[in-house]
Amino acid sequence: MAQVSMTVNGKAASGEVEGRTLLSSFLRDQLMLTGTHVGCDTSQCGACVVHVDGQAVKSCTMLAMEADGADVATIEGQANADGSLNVIQQAFQDHHGLQCGFCTPGMVMSAAALLKENPKPSETEVREYLEGNICRCTGYHNIVKAIMAASGQDVSAIAAE
Amino acid sequence: MPKDGGIGASSKRREDVRFLTGAGNYTDDINMHGQAYVHFLRSDIAHGTITNIDTSAAASMPGVVRIFTGSDFEGVGGMPCGWQVTDKHGQPMQEPAHPILAQGKVRHVGEPIAAVVADSLAEARDAAEAIVVDINELPAVVDMKAALQDGATKVHDDLDNNLCYDWGFVEENKDAVNKAFEDAAHVTSLELVNNRLVANPMEPRVAVGDYARGTDESTLYTTSQNPHVIRLLMGAFVLGIPEHKLRVVAPDVGGGFGTKIFHYQEEAFCTFAAKACNRPVKWTSSRTEAFISDAHGRDHVTKIELALDADNNFTAIRTETHANMGAYLSTFAPSVPTWLHGTLMAGNYKTPLIYVNVKAVFTNTVPVDAYRGAGRPEATFQLERVVDKAARELGVDPIALRRQNFITEFPYATPVAVEYDTGDYHGTMDKLEEMGDFAGFAARRAESEKNGKLRGLGVNCYIEACGIAPSNLVGQLGARAGLYESATVRVNATGGLVVMTGSHSHGQGHETSFAQVVAEMIGIDENMVEIVHGDTANTPMGMGTYGSRSIAVGGSAMVRATEKIINKAKKIASHLLEASEADIELKDGAFSVAGTDKSVAWGDVTLAAYVPHNYPLEDIEPGLEETAFYDPSNFTYPSGAYACEVEVDPDTGKVTIERFAAADDFGNIINPMIVTGQVHGGLAQGIGQALLENCAYDENGQLLSASYMDYAMPRADDLPMFDVDHSSQTPCTHNPLGVKGCGEAGAIGSPPAVVNAVVDALQSAGKDVTHIDMPLSPDRVWAAMNG
Repeated sequence: MAQVSMTVNGKAASGEVEGRTLLSSFLRDQLMLTGTHVGCDTSQCGACVVHVDGQAVKSCTMLAMEADGADVATIEGQANADGSLNVIQQAFQDHHGLQCGFCTPGMVMSAAALLKENPKPSETEVREYLEGNICRCTGYHNIVKAIMAASGQDVSAIAAE
Repeated sequence: MPKDGGIGASSKRREDVRFLTGAGNYTDDINMHGQAYVHFLRSDIAHGTITNIDTSAAASMPGVVRIFTGSDFEGVGGMPCGWQVTDKHGQPMQEPAHPILAQGKVRHVGEPIAAVVADSLAEARDAAEAIVVDINELPAVVDMKAALQDGATKVHDDLDNNLCYDWGFVEENKDAVNKAFEDAAHVTSLELVNNRLVANPMEPRVAVGDYARGTDESTLYTTSQNPHVIRLLMGAFVLGIPEHKLRVVAPDVGGGFGTKIFHYQEEAFCTFAAKACNRPVKWTSSRTEAFISDAHGRDHVTKIELALDADNNFTAIRTETHANMGAYLSTFAPSVPTWLHGTLMAGNYKTPLIYVNVKAVFTNTVPVDAYRGAGRPEATFQLERVVDKAARELGVDPIALRRQNFITEFPYATPVAVEYDTGDYHGTMDKLEEMGDFAGFAARRAESEKNGKLRGLGVNCYIEACGIAPSNLVGQLGARAGLYESATVRVNATGGLVVMTGSHSHGQGHETSFAQVVAEMIGIDENMVEIVHGDTANTPMGMGTYGSRSIAVGGSAMVRATEKIINKAKKIASHLLEASEADIELKDGAFSVAGTDKSVAWGDVTLAAYVPHNYPLEDIEPGLEETAFYDPSNFTYPSGAYACEVEVDPDTGKVTIERFAAADDFGNIINPMIVTGQVHGGLAQGIGQALLENCAYDENGQLLSASYMDYAMPRADDLPMFDVDHSSQTPCTHNPLGVKGCGEAGAIGSPPAVVNAVVDALQSAGKDVTHIDMPLSPDRVWAAMNG
């Protein structure tokens, strides 16, 4: 067992972990930040995406010890300071970009990373960026629409509700 | 004008806020004090006899609480099957025992052999690796037709053979159908495979068992679409726990798509082990485990024939299907290829004679059961493919051939025992032609050709049966359950309402749309209505959510319970207003006396019900809480017409979806935004089946596609934006909301459109290709073009 310390959503966090403990397990089981989800075991689905030092990372594919000293952001820290939904979260609600909600934390974290590096992505760019995030409910239509809307683009021409 | 709230409004989903902020409460988020973890040791052999299980080394490893094997479950009930199909000779299906942990034999890769309960998951996994299991491998039964040959290895030694049942429907019509084929001017036949799929909700299954020694009460937290069904099946048939000592909770559930309907061994195990170990026991499936333990879907091999007269009228349909059951009968497996498939073979057409034969077969594969659409996609796919093929053989327009044979008068009794109440198949096709801009197709094809691509247009119709189902009817058909739904409406003293429903929401947005209905009925703000679901301790007995039944059946129960509330509230209002009850009107959340300006607000009436100082206590009881159970008198019949345009790269065989239009008739609609989202998701799953997804076994029964590295889930860049319309609305005539259900339509209607489009594209290039089996992966398309 080893001691790890990191900043999570702006607060200091630490715990004892085994060498094999994944960052996703540390967040979920020790910090009780259960918004980060695990939907596969091959680093494909992206439900576990968090930000580590500003980079989108699949937390099921990183050891907790590798994040020692890092600045970690999870879905729990994404809302505005007053508790209201941030721009991306609000766009997901406005455009019905989620159904069961299980892939949603990873989608929101990936969307935030995308918009940071590409503030006005095209539809094709959004779809290609989301290659590592699988959603089984929405058919992606409204997720893509929500992310484009969150970037400030007019999505009224994109079909339906 | 769009409404701000109530029925017909695109109200934003209230559940989204918790999901978007990481505050959802999924089963894996639940951790009990003192909880232990279970890891299942699963068979990596498809078929074999277990000669020895040695757990001695594992039992002494760190953290191990207890190791269970099949012998710990002797005398405990096996997994029950909820539907008994009767074969064409009037005999019941063959029904094998289905143990919680393997007993003597293993019959599919993934079957649990032993279960290690330990202080941590890592310790449970480590110990499982130290268990020694000796298995004498037997030949695996994988191919369905080979499984039925004389002398084939039997999956179950105690059964006569590998045939679960041989079903004929309608058996009395068989001779007349055969005669119609003899008399036909043209017969089109097609052999096809409806590929095996895995539902793959993004949340893997989880079960947490808990036992309270002081009260002898068991609680199971589980990823289920129907907690009451799990409580009934597990309590009564598996573990022998009466309902009042067993609580089942399905909290936020991350998608179901059918595969979370069924009662699974892991649920029974965790409940059993929590009592045996006297501490909570948690199991969380990995994705690989999900692929080898969640019930799979589809897997039909079919020959369909369509007979036409000289005027191109459909005169008869004859089908023969082999349906894979897998190694054991999952909860509702036998009903899928029969009553959810054969009864839909009329489709949208007035074909007078139909005969459906289904042979259900045991194989050494994971059990197969309902997956989004369940039987209806299989029926739609074969029918819409054979109609398209017939149009090409006859040289007629595929849409014109469909229109010529459409059912146009309702109600319509089909020759396969169901009665469509309403529909307007020309209406949805008219809408589709408008949306699809078919007039512009030739120009789009020319543009594609300029870019070296082949372009194809595929169209199809569908009908489905939703709102499952009239209990007396399904009882006659072999269901071992009723299929009503329930709702309790509890009005609080200050006017807010809690609706407790037996249905379950796992992505469908019931917490929003159900509240819209009740708010509309009373004339109050939606936010005054709270929807509670998913816990047998605080909801009335209900059958859960699947088969697009929640609003049609569950919503109807909620309407009936709310009507009872309103009737009682009117009695209270008439007392408060000193007026005749017959004169009381409810509008916009206030009760008034007709023709006067006297009124009393909703909140005053609800307060009077709980503070009955001025109250007709001699006539009615205090309080305002009502329950209704609703049993539908018929299925509902959503329908629609879909169009897909594809481009095929002739060099690689890769298919891309360029346009997809869906015109649906769902009857009345509660929340258009949610309905549209349901169609989007269904389309993605249907297109996934058509182009990408395939659950593949090798000849030894090894699953070749047991991870997202090998099973091609649709990704964002595989799909286009969809054009979805549901303005064609013929309301259901037999439920109070006039609703039909929308959850499965997209998955049912889209696969034939995709395949029809690819065939169209290839034929446009002069390729003699009449069919390609799904998924239409680049290698299959290329091989068909160059075969």
